[in-house]
Amino acid sequence: MKHHRPCRLPEHAVSRRAFLGGGLLGGLGSAAGLGGVLTAAPAIAGQVRSRSRRVLNIFLHGGVSQLETWDPKPNTDTGGPFRAIQTTVPGLHICELLPFTAQQMHRLSIVRSLDTRNGDHARGVTEMTTGRGRMPGVEHPHLGAVAARSLMPDDFPLPGHVLIRSSPGGRNVESEFHSAAWLGPRYASMVLYDANPPKFEDRPGEITDEADMRRNGIRQRANERFLQRRRTAETEAYNFSFSQARELLSNRHVFEVSRESAGDQARYGTSQFGRHCLLARRLLEHGVPYVQVNHADYDTHHENFDFHIEQLGEFDQPFATLVSDLADRGLLSNTLICVMSEFGRTPKINKTYGRDHWGTAWSVLLGGASIQPGAVIGKTNANGTEVTDRVVDHGHIFHTILRGAGVDSAGEFEIGGRTFPVADPARQAITELLT
Amino acid sequence: MTGAMTADPQQTKLLRECKLGRPLTGCHWDVHSRYVYCGAEDFLIHRVDMGDGGETLLAGHESWVRAFGSSPDGEMLYSGGYDGRLIFWPVAGGRPEPLRVIDAHRGWIRALAVSRDGRKLATCGNDRLVKEWDAATGQLLHEYAGHESHVYNVHYSPDAGCLYSCDLKGVVQAWTSGVAQPQALTTVAQLHGYDTTFRADIGGARCIALHADGRQLAFGGITKVSNAFAGVGEIAVAVVNVADGKLQQVLQSKDKTVGTTWGVSWHPGGFWLGLTGGGGGGWLYFWKPDSADEFFRFRLPSDGRGLSVSPDGAGAAVAHADGQLRLYGLG
Repeated sequence: MKHHRPCRLPEHAVSRRAFLGGGLLGGLGSAAGLGGVLTAAPAIAGQVRSRSRRVLNIFLHGGVSQLETWDPKPNTDTGGPFRAIQTTVPGLHICELLPFTAQQMHRLSIVRSLDTRNGDHARGVTEMTTGRGRMPGVEHPHLGAVAARSLMPDDFPLPGHVLIRSSPGGRNVESEFHSAAWLGPRYASMVLYDANPPKFEDRPGEITDEADMRRNGIRQRANERFLQRRRTAETEAYNFSFSQARELLSNRHVFEVSRESAGDQARYGTSQFGRHCLLARRLLEHGVPYVQVNHADYDTHHENFDFHIEQLGEFDQPFATLVSDLADRGLLSNTLICVMSEFGRTPKINKTYGRDHWGTAWSVLLGGASIQPGAVIGKTNANGTEVTDRVVDHGHIFHTILRGAGVDSAGEFEIGGRTFPVADPARQAITELLT
Repeated sequence: MTGAMTADPQQTKLLRECKLGRPLTGCHWDVHSRYVYCGAEDFLIHRVDMGDGGETLLAGHESWVRAFGSSPDGEMLYSGGYDGRLIFWPVAGGRPEPLRVIDAHRGWIRALAVSRDGRKLATCGNDRLVKEWDAATGQLLHEYAGHESHVYNVHYSPDAGCLYSCDLKGVVQAWTSGVAQPQALTTVAQLHGYDTTFRADIGGARCIALHADGRQLAFGGITKVSNAFAGVGEIAVAVVNVADGKLQQVLQSKDKTVGTTWGVSWHPGGFWLGLTGGGGGGWLYFWKPDSADEFFRFRLPSDGRGLSVSPDGAGAAVAHADGQLRLYGLG
């Protein structure tokens, strides 16, 4: 009897994450967390599989200020001390803290009219990355899982959903991994910390090639015999674990950013975010369909301006270099770029020069793939306190990212005999932003 | 206002309020007490006439202005803005216009200082540089590189032979005029932290003051930061010896007031005066040199962001976060 059921057991998900983020071969015995892998049947109703497309999502955790980035309002009561600078798109200005990105704006577009009505970090992260309103007890797959499920070729040897972030420490609003929910743990994120490759564990030296082949043969024969009597999700997950571990080991170089040239490493800079961006480029070049790079922290209730100088000073050049490199290497036409946050920051400047949480009128950056370059969607009023044109929310952005990457966001996944909408059916893509 | 040397801080009182519109960022009491100049969360300098309270707007910057200084005769105002511009303003006349506009720094000018003889002025900023200028011609005299983070403030020695500068990381450099190589005086580590969650430097030596005898420097800021996101830490002023950089005292508040010391000044009455703002509200603090705890503090109606003591020491101007310039009598 074949079990068509998504594996939602927490211990499975944990095993999967431990397996990918920790030891590989050494962890095979515990890598039982792929029970859902083969239960998510490949049938996809009405979905276009654009196999060569990818998504790069830069998530600025804590809530980056739209006024210090994509929607500056200089010399207004809310504008802060920074000026707006001209970009490579005539008439389009962004904050002076982003001089390198300003030189790439002909490749990018801004949505200035998000109204997500939310000021809670965790809810914002969930809603922006799942495209749905958060509801207790309901879990939707992360954007990365949806992208991996939709864009990853069946025989792709690498994980389809990679999160690059700093090692967690202290208070942290970032989720350490991204859930694939009912898509199954195969599409959950593999997490790379601090630009380091996964911790590969080589086969102990005393086990020869011959001995290794012999023990694998025993395992395979045992599996086959078992499958003749009873085929389960668990046994199939075991098999997938072994095969992906072998693939990862043979592709370990993909995760080694140190293999990039000294010149490229210098161009991306010595900051951790710079190395993360270079690693992202490397993964995208190797066809990983979804790469997310987190950058923290923008939760600037105090000294918003000083901290945005510091954080955006770290963000600007590596990000602009990445955009430029993707374009120069012919990858931008099939790589959708998004720079998002869980929300924006208040137009009102508080008494300690801070800005607080604000979901009422803020911005997201999009570009690449089927996103029209150099466009501005939506508008806020003179001092940025409200959206005056083309209100959108996380649902619209989610649809737009997927559509831009060639995924039919209005389609459905068929899993275990049930259908699940790819994105919130109550929302649509921002079609005027798509080419 | 009473004479400076007889100042009685416990008699401190509010003398005047001037609503200037947007939240203020800094202030400067001119040498003849004719005007107080204020920066605000706009791109203007607000000149308040001490006689009739009239306000004149000086337009020339393209960002907020927090750095001010005057020539000894009071006829020239110098301003430094977050636009990196240093502007010379002859103050005679109804509406001053810029005499010189100098693109002095790449990034914010955080502070400026005028030498006691009025012949030189110094600026510092986010480009990690300290620069010295000819006050008569506006010519760059010297450029000093050595800080590794944003330079927050600068002060001349009494004879103008030395410049002291302090930065985000609490590093204090001493620069002999004309000598490019700095002498690291000290690091006021109490005023700086690196938050590993926030992944950013927190605090810094925000303000600076020199004791009248020239032997001690005071640096104000925030210490013991427990929440970098919200700026939760205690007000503090670190006092160090000029001769050897040794920490003499960390002035604090008895009740561990949450906030940042945005202004500090040595008062001729024989005490350090500090201005604070932040979670604990706005306060004027009064510290004797031999005690870490204040001997008096005065509650302000709103957070303080800039402090300037009158030339005779009888009053203090405070730039407030609520957009009010308030003048206080110091007893």
